[in-house]
Formats: sequence, structure tokens, C-alpha cells
Amino acid sequence: MKASPQSAVTTPRSSGTLTSVEAPARQRSSWLENEAVLGYVLMTPALLLIVVFIAYPFSLGVWLSLTDKLVSRPAHFIGLRNFTHLFESQIFWGTVWNTIFFTFSATVLKAVLGMWLAVLLNRKIHFMRFIRATILLPFIVPTVLSGLAWVWMFDATFSVFNWGLRWLWQTTEWLLNADFGYFRGPRWLGDPAWAMFSIIMVNTWRGIPFFAISFLAGLQTVPTELYDAGDIDGATGWQKFWHITVPLIKPIAVVVIVFSFVVTFADFQVVYVLTRGGPHNSTHLLATFAYQLGMASGNLGEGAAVALFMFPFLALVILWQLLYLRKEDSQ
Amino acid sequence: MEARVGETFRKRLIVFYIPLFLFLVALLFPFYWMLITSVKPDFELYNARNAPFFVWHPTLSHWVQLFQNTLFTRWAWNTLCIATASTAISLFAGVLAGYALSRLTFPGSTSFGIIIFITYLVPPTLLFIPLASVIAELHLLDSPWALILTYPTFLVPFSAWLLMGYFKTIPRELEECARIDGATRLQAMTKIVLPLGMPGILSAGIFSFTLSWNEFLYALVFISSPQQKTIPVGVVSELMKGDVFYWGALMAGALFGSIPIAFVYSFFVEHYVSGMTGAVKG
Repeated sequence: MKASPQSAVTTPRSSGTLTSVEAPARQRSSWLENEAVLGYVLMTPALLLIVVFIAYPFSLGVWLSLTDKLVSRPAHFIGLRNFTHLFESQIFWGTVWNTIFFTFSATVLKAVLGMWLAVLLNRKIHFMRFIRATILLPFIVPTVLSGLAWVWMFDATFSVFNWGLRWLWQTTEWLLNADFGYFRGPRWLGDPAWAMFSIIMVNTWRGIPFFAISFLAGLQTVPTELYDAGDIDGATGWQKFWHITVPLIKPIAVVVIVFSFVVTFADFQVVYVLTRGGPHNSTHLLATFAYQLGMASGNLGEGAAVALFMFPFLALVILWQLLYLRKEDSQ
Repeated sequence: MEARVGETFRKRLIVFYIPLFLFLVALLFPFYWMLITSVKPDFELYNARNAPFFVWHPTLSHWVQLFQNTLFTRWAWNTLCIATASTAISLFAGVLAGYALSRLTFPGSTSFGIIIFITYLVPPTLLFIPLASVIAELHLLDSPWALILTYPTFLVPFSAWLLMGYFKTIPRELEECARIDGATRLQAMTKIVLPLGMPGILSAGIFSFTLSWNEFLYALVFISSPQQKTIPVGVVSELMKGDVFYWGALMAGALFGSIPIAFVYSFFVEHYVSGMTGAVKG
């Protein structure tokens, strides 16, 4: 691939590699030789898409949130009345609290369990490549479809979990020769607290592989010499983890956690399939509540206001991430 | 990390084999449950007494019902077409933008990079209500084009971001040599950078395809007639109608909606994983 210095000096544009057929084409597109022009041309498709389907809808969403727009009715400007109306509603604040609790619990669980799994997957045993490939399945398969399997596993009458728990219960009864009474088991999706537990569990189940594989990529960059050095100094496995592994994969871990935070915060599918926000609105997240108001009830203005309420949280995260990445880059 | 010096088998069993086994069971059990439910006859399915983990009289009647009495094959075809088209559009726009942002300096290029990053983190749930109005204005409601054109809103930023990182790893000198040999900028891109960037482009493509296959919210909001639906929305909205759920057919739908994407994934595991981790690292 090395051009001889001579040809570069004498005839940079007409070295023998180009045939005459290509020459006119080169002249026609010579304005593309300008770096700036080419840059803008190449950016055009992406920017066009962003303007039409992200920037414009975003401003439209801001406008809608300030109107009393209903489906197939003209919109009237009503100022901040959608927001003041929401702020007076208990369901709205319940939804905000649910979203924060759900996001926080699920992200922490995913990070801790994902880290654990990553450490396990980092060992070398037979079939490890196969195991790594298989554990990603929950992340790859459509969430609503695996969510359906969970709905069935949480079924009020035929829950496989309750079947297992009942079996344990009865076996204990039999072993102790005692009578604990009839075992009913939790109403997984029928009781507000259990329903929240269930959606967190399913979201965690789906997200663990993503964390584990991303953390694993980080673990594999840690030089093994450091662990050998730790061994020589007599460090325990736990000490090696805290003082070698954690500091070294922190940069990746932070990005993964922030990324997952955004996706979890905006989750829709798990709740839509498992509970539709119920029972008694106890598991609504901002996204499902926005859908409920905007699409199911046709109140587009209020729905847009609820969806937009996510924006300040996301903007903070994005801003922080931008500054963090820039700091990492400059280091 | 090989088996470490001084580690007994019993210790390895407790800290390694048992936890790994439990993780595998927890992560894969729902898929086993889909499969076993879809081949159970109703009298076994709705009997709380017998052990639910096995099937005594396997039947394919739920599968037959899924393919004959529902629009499942139609949904599968829709999903395939929509995922393929939106992936193609996204790769086109994403490759060009990724190249421009990683290789060319022009006024505003840094801001464009930041815009791509911000849009990458904007979740679809933030925009679906106004986006539905935009789709209605364009007279695309209930058309596959509604999805083919809107899926790129999250696929293009992702692909551009991933490919930006990937193209940066290709030595600039290769391109400079080609330009010295008389190649235009466009030729340097299409003949040098794109072929060398193929693994990255493939990663972006595989990842985009799975994301489109799995998308739910836009498909739920923009599509209303049963014939136009995608698998995720079709199974959830058309098979879950009424008060009685036919769990056998539902689980067959979940199973056959998952198998194609798992099949595609199985051929491109490495690309998928590098797409996933690359997108995070940037």
C-alpha cells in the first residue's frame, strides 16, 4: 500500500492505478474532495432523520404538553395547566415514586448480580464460550414475549413458583410431622407490593446478561499479573476483587450503569405485559402512565406532559455522562 | 484465571460451579417454561396437582393452532421485512455519519458528535405521543413504513456511535496512501475504510436487526389492524384477548417469536457481543 515518494511529488492525482473510465467520475464529484462539503453530505441522512423524527416530535411534545389536545380534536393552549393538574394528582406522584424505586432497585440488582456472573464467566472451563452465548438469551429475545412466560409463571392459580413453594411447605410439614395449614403463596401480580417486586425481578432477569457480558469485557482487560502480584502479597480473593478488579473496570462499569439507568428509567414493556400499571396503579412507571393517559384515554396533552416529565432526569444523566466521557478522554 | 493453586474441589464447587449453575437455571428457566407449556395438552396445563415441570402427553396442537388459526405467519413476515428495511436504512445513514464524525473535520463536527450521542440516549418512551402525531400527519399510521422510518431514530445514533469508535481503530495512513495513489475521498472511504470496517458494520447490523425485531412501543402505537402487526405486538394484543388466556398457544407464540432471533444470534454471537460492548464503550 506504500506509494513511492516520487509519484507523490510529481503526479499526485494521476498515478497509474486509476483507469480512464474512473477519471470522469472523479472530476464530476470533485466538490466532494472538500472535506467540509463531504462531511455535511455524509451527515445529511442521519441529520434529516434526527430532525424529522426526533427534534420535531420533541418540540411538538413540548407544545402538546401545553395544550388540552384530545384525539381528533383541535388543541387549545392552556399554559401549564396539565402540569399543575398532574402535580395535584396522587397517582402521578405515586408513579414518580414507583419509577425512582423501580429504576434504583433494578439497576443495583443488575449491577451486583451482573458483576458476580461476570466474575464466574471469566474462569476458563470447557463449554465456557457456549455458556457465555446462552446466558445472553434473556437480553436477545423480545422482552414482551419472555414477559408473557413470566406472566404465566406468576399466574394466580397455576404459578409454578407457588407450586414449588407449596411443595417445599408440604415437604417440611411431612418432615416435621406438623400441620402449618393451607399454603396459598404470594399473589405475584395481584398484590401491590408483590407486583412491584415482580416487575423489578423480571427487569433484572432481562438485564443481568447485558451487565455480565459488558463487565466481562472489562474484566478481560485486567492484566493477570496484577492478580499474581496480589497472590504473592497474600491477598484473599475478596481483597483482590476490591483492590484490583473494581478500580480497573470502574470506567466501563460507570458507563454501563448509566446506560442501563436510562433504559430502566424509561422502561415500558415489562410493566405493560405484566401488570398494565395495576393493581390500583401501584406499578405504573412514567412511560406506562403516559401511555395510559395519552393512548388508552386519548388525552394527548396530559400524556405528553407525563412523558416530558422524564426529560429533566434524562437530561441530567446525559449531561453528566458527556462531562464524564470528556474527562476520561482527556486523561 | 485457571483453577488457582491450593483451591480444593469443594471450594470450587461452592464459589464457582453451584453459583454458575444457579445463574444458568434462573436465566434459562423461562425458555424451558415456554417450550414445555406449548406442548402440554390443556388437561395437564390446567391441573394444579401434578408436577408442572414435565409433560406426560406431549401434543403439537397448540403449535398447529398458532400457525393455522392465528395471523402468526403474517406477523413473522411483517417483522422480518420491517426489521430488514429499517436495519438497511440505519446502516446506510449510520456508516456515513460514523465515517464523517471519525475521519473528517468540518465546522460543527464536534457538535454533531454530541447530537448523535444525546439522541442515542433518548428513549422511545419520551417521544411516542408526539411521534404518533407526526406519523398521522405523514398519513403513515397503520403502515409498515411508520415503523421502517421510525426505528432508525434509535438505530442510527446507535450505529453511528458504534462505527465512529470502530472506524477510529483503522489506521489513517491506509487512507492517506490511497489518496496519494489518486483515490478520491469517497473512493478512500468505500474501498479502504468500509471493507476494513466490515466487522464493525456487521456488529451494528446484527444488533440493529435484533433491536427492530424486539421493538414494541412504536409498533403498539402506530399499527392497529391485526394484519399489519409485528410478532411482539400481535402475540400480546391479539392472542391475549378476552378474559381467558390460551396459554398453550400464547407460549407457542412466545417461543416461535423468539426462535428466529435466537437463530440469527447464534451465527453472529461474537459480532453481537462486540456490538453490545462497543456501543457502551463508544
